[in-house]
Amino acid sequence: MSTKTPTRPPQSNLARRKRAERVFYALCLAATFTAVLLLVLLLYGVIRDGIGRLNWEFLQSFPSRFAHRAGIKAALYGTLWVISLTGLIAVPIGVAAAIYLEEYAQKNRLNAFIQMNIANLAGVPSVVYALLGLALFVRFFGFGRSVIAGALTMSLLILPTVIIATQEALRAVPSSLREASFGLGATRWQTIRLQVLPAAFGGIMTGIILSLSRAIGETAPLITIGALTFVTFVPRGPMDSFTALPIQIFNWASRPQQAFHEVAAAAILVLLAVLLVMNSIAIFLRQRQRRRLS
Amino acid sequence: MIKLENMEFNGQQQAQTKTMAAAAVPTPDVAVRSQKREETVRAEAKDVNFFYGDFQALKNINIHVFDRRITALIGPSGCGKSTFLRTLNRMNDLIEGARVEGSITIDGQDVNAPGVDAADLRKRVGMVFQRPNPFPMSIFDNIAYGPRIHGEKNKKALGEIVERSLRQAALWDEVKDVQKRSALALSGGQQQRLCIARVLAVEPEVVLMDEPASALDPNSTYRIEELMTELKNDYTIVLVTHNMQQAARVSDYTGFFLRGEMKEFGATDKIFTTPEQKETEDYIRGRFG
Ligand SMILES: Nc1ncnc2c1ncn2[C@@H]1O[C@H](COP(=O)(O)OP(=O)(O)OP(=O)(O)O)[C@@H](O)[C@H]1O
Ligand SMILES: [Mg+2]
Repeated sequence: MSTKTPTRPPQSNLARRKRAERVFYALCLAATFTAVLLLVLLLYGVIRDGIGRLNWEFLQSFPSRFAHRAGIKAALYGTLWVISLTGLIAVPIGVAAAIYLEEYAQKNRLNAFIQMNIANLAGVPSVVYALLGLALFVRFFGFGRSVIAGALTMSLLILPTVIIATQEALRAVPSSLREASFGLGATRWQTIRLQVLPAAFGGIMTGIILSLSRAIGETAPLITIGALTFVTFVPRGPMDSFTALPIQIFNWASRPQQAFHEVAAAAILVLLAVLLVMNSIAIFLRQRQRRRLS
Repeated sequence: MIKLENMEFNGQQQAQTKTMAAAAVPTPDVAVRSQKREETVRAEAKDVNFFYGDFQALKNINIHVFDRRITALIGPSGCGKSTFLRTLNRMNDLIEGARVEGSITIDGQDVNAPGVDAADLRKRVGMVFQRPNPFPMSIFDNIAYGPRIHGEKNKKALGEIVERSLRQAALWDEVKDVQKRSALALSGGQQQRLCIARVLAVEPEVVLMDEPASALDPNSTYRIEELMTELKNDYTIVLVTHNMQQAARVSDYTGFFLRGEMKEFGATDKIFTTPEQKETEDYIRGRFG
């Protein structure tokens, strides 16, 4: 015999929630479009200016006083040299450090301290690494303004991100996989080599490639350690001096003549193409990984 | 009891294992009744305490695991069954801050002694986990993984091991033509049998099974139980299970755990018909847990 209090129909609430949902959706869409629009405008400007200069000869010529003869051979080779060496130095050290921290290190104060510092180092501005590189590699070790000095400085710069990305990839490997391996009598190293690293490979490669593509675009460290801006040769060894794409672009863009701005735009297109290729590889590896583990 | 007395026990013994009448086992908690039975002790825990940091997960555990028998560990969730199981092959070594006291021996050898290598121990004491955890590799490579890490390189020998293990795990007929396929493409029940085969491939002396059938449908469960009974001829099995019927059906001995203690241990028939502790009876009758 209880009088039922009429409960409020759920529709009214639902309508309000649906409106909130639509507003939020619209905001997200607007944010996305702003970002995409800016990117498109930027790209449009660069392509319009640069596309006319982009050809095989441009890639095969050294810089010149005359804009129509200027090319990026020296800068492209310099960048490839520095990045390859950076990879060769930073990847083994970074991956090994991550394996140590993630798979071997005990949870004690020292390791917590190391871990915290790596996270902090990842946030240090690149110019600080550049000054360190200048003092350490250029002057103290006497490498001068060489490819190796640039690569070592870049390695310092990307080491924290390589370590952190690798650690994350290792942490993402399910513990059931490790247990299965240990349970069969595998040693720690066997488990890491045969199960953990293959399972984390995609994630590690993604981290490495993204770190390296950041290094490709970095200008401050190379300028600071004194990479040259006008180079008419390609480096033949790690001790040669060099220039790199961002430096070359900066140099051309800061000249008054419009013709050199076009050359700079064309160089930017080459740099973007290199980055695009590297990021595509990262995405491809990540996708393949996902398919393999599911 | 009748069933027990009629059972046949062959007297094959390893040189290093002790033989004793089960009734003479000198442990206060152990009440093994079948006087007829001559059992060989494969593994033994004496006064085992176990800690996760400050939390004591096992209190004074004493148990005998007999050779070529199935020993079931039952008890409510969180009572320490898995923890105990993992002390037998030192899987707990992998857990930060875990500590074990007391002695655990396999074939009379203390597993925690300084000279004992955990990897070597785990080769002898294999483990099947609650959730099937095949490697993301082919079926063949999954089974061959164990022998390979222990140094077997010969292709022919590996092939034979894989076939033998898959046959033992009653999986051969289903997968013999697709051994190159990813193990992840198998069904859950097949994956668990694959994991059992993978353990058998390293020829352990003891197989630890932590709720091996809990994620499986009744039919797969039945097959795994059948398999365990089959494996008993060659292997010593310690089985953790939440399924009372399963414990009653397949095991020879049962230990009842409660809040980190082992309340009662004895022949399965005895535990399931006339348990000595009230708590055991309550648990078995489903009155708590
Ligand atoms: N890695 C760990 N760190 C801290 N405490 C843990 C850890 N693993 C288990 N414990 C605790 O130890 C106790 C025993 O856990 P255990 O996993 O052995 O229980 P169980 O009997 O296997 O339970 P279930 O039947 O649910 O699997 C529980 O109270 C649990 O919370
Ligand atoms: Mg458990």
